[in-house]
Amino acid sequence: MNFQRNLIAYQTIVYKEVKRMLRVWTQTLLPPVVTMTLYFVVFGKFIGSQVANIDGFTYMQFIVPGLVMMSVVMNAFMHTVSSFYFAKFQKTIEEILVSPTPYWVVIAGYITGGVVRGLLTGSLVLGVALFFTRIHFAHWPSVLLFAFLAALLFSLFGLINAVFAKNFDGVFIIPNFVLTPLTYLGGVFYSVKLLPEFWQAVSLWNPMVYIIGGFRYGILGVADTDMRLAFGILSTFVVMAFTATWWLFYTGKGLRA
Amino acid sequence: MKALEVKNVRKTYAGGVEALKGVSLSLEEGDFFALLGPNGAGKTTLINILSGLVNKTSGELLVHGVSIDQDAAQAKLQIGVVPQEFNFGIFEKVIDIVLDQAGYYGISRRQAYPNAKKYLTQLGLWEKRDVQARELSGGMKRRLMIVRGLVHNPKFLILDEPTAGVDIELRRGMWDFLRELNRDKGVTILLTTHYLEEAEELCRHMALINQGKIVSSGLIKDLLASMEDESVTLDLSQTPAKETLLDLAPFHPRVTERSLEVTVNKQNSLSQAIQRLSGAGLEVLSLRNTSNRLEEYFLRMTQKKDV
Repeated sequence: MNFQRNLIAYQTIVYKEVKRMLRVWTQTLLPPVVTMTLYFVVFGKFIGSQVANIDGFTYMQFIVPGLVMMSVVMNAFMHTVSSFYFAKFQKTIEEILVSPTPYWVVIAGYITGGVVRGLLTGSLVLGVALFFTRIHFAHWPSVLLFAFLAALLFSLFGLINAVFAKNFDGVFIIPNFVLTPLTYLGGVFYSVKLLPEFWQAVSLWNPMVYIIGGFRYGILGVADTDMRLAFGILSTFVVMAFTATWWLFYTGKGLRA
Repeated sequence: MKALEVKNVRKTYAGGVEALKGVSLSLEEGDFFALLGPNGAGKTTLINILSGLVNKTSGELLVHGVSIDQDAAQAKLQIGVVPQEFNFGIFEKVIDIVLDQAGYYGISRRQAYPNAKKYLTQLGLWEKRDVQARELSGGMKRRLMIVRGLVHNPKFLILDEPTAGVDIELRRGMWDFLRELNRDKGVTILLTTHYLEEAEELCRHMALINQGKIVSSGLIKDLLASMEDESVTLDLSQTPAKETLLDLAPFHPRVTERSLEVTVNKQNSLSQAIQRLSGAGLEVLSLRNTSNRLEEYFLRMTQKKDV
């Protein structure tokens, strides 16, 4: 009975989230595709043609996994942070909070929305990339696994950000000042192995290195990091982020006075 | 069986404001109960604690015997909430707002549809089902929130100022709907309102809350029976002279053109007042009771006015 009730509540949240995302596709799906197309043209074609091969791949081929993953994490994050913050701002979150829906179901519903948007955007960007270069998927399971884990993790981060956000500035601080630098310094445009030893060591603290590394391994078959380590670290982060989000909901931080 | 038991509930907000200072009350199943009090008295805080929107500091709440601390889901399943402020997605369609709410209670869209249709029709919103909520009038939005609060068939309905800003005709229509809901379906209703006439018209029991404390509670008719004074307005054949007013001093006369308002009670009865007016040669053309006894009671209990 509880399972059935929770399943319907989960489906309701997911349906609402995905429907909203598709309804405003010009704000959610189109911009990242346009931006990434520009990256492919400017960095991949114009600048990339002047850059030597990395690990036996053209520069265009090298940056595709990083740019796809950048779309996945940015959009997964932006989906949950904006959707949940607006639900708080408009007080529509009260519709769910007065209901018997357990907090873990609410969290699962919102992050599913984030994962769907992240993976959908990533797929579109990957589709655009195929217009610019040929890609052989070296290891499909890794592609799917790392894309899923990254979307999951950043959906959770977005939800945590939304719980704490008290105004619109609070929604954009993390993506602008944390997420973007981490992504750019996470090896989207370069191999971490090319960095001086000190910066290589610093980069190991950046979760984006493992996310991009794992995904790049799935597509190109080469990686900057150990795959088992990357998987272990990402999975641990996901569990920790989910637990933290649940705790925030349970205690009512930013949700209940 | 008690529909609701509130036991010594306290709430102190983060800023240190003590909104509830040990509130206790109980509602019998099937009751229509008014929770009255001035702005900031703690009504909405109590309702929000019951709805799961505010964390209480201490105390216990039981809904049909189920503790909201021990089994929040089971307690919430029995409650329908109609809040004071609009809290639905303004870009959502009316029907989606109602069906999604059913979904949060574990009822599929297909299962919830007949109930949604029934209540939307009863409250005159069925024709608007495919309209975005932002296009509804204020009164329609209020009715939409009532439908949304009822879609999962709760046994206990909380209405936080449901008729605020609604015109008289519509308000009376909503009263009829709520009366029927309470009488025919046995739904227990907890109502907060600033329209005291509304509470007197609809509710059997009431509790008056002021500064975070219950200052009185009981059957409305019993509480009003404790009120001795009533105001009566008399329309006279001519304006009373100064001497006549002096003669009516025990009735605290207030004159407006040819109308005279007097305060009557057991010691100074209405017939005595009319006798004195007749003695002064004044004819009483008509009379009407102009006191709102609940309002008088409310003011007295909240110590804003000595009656």
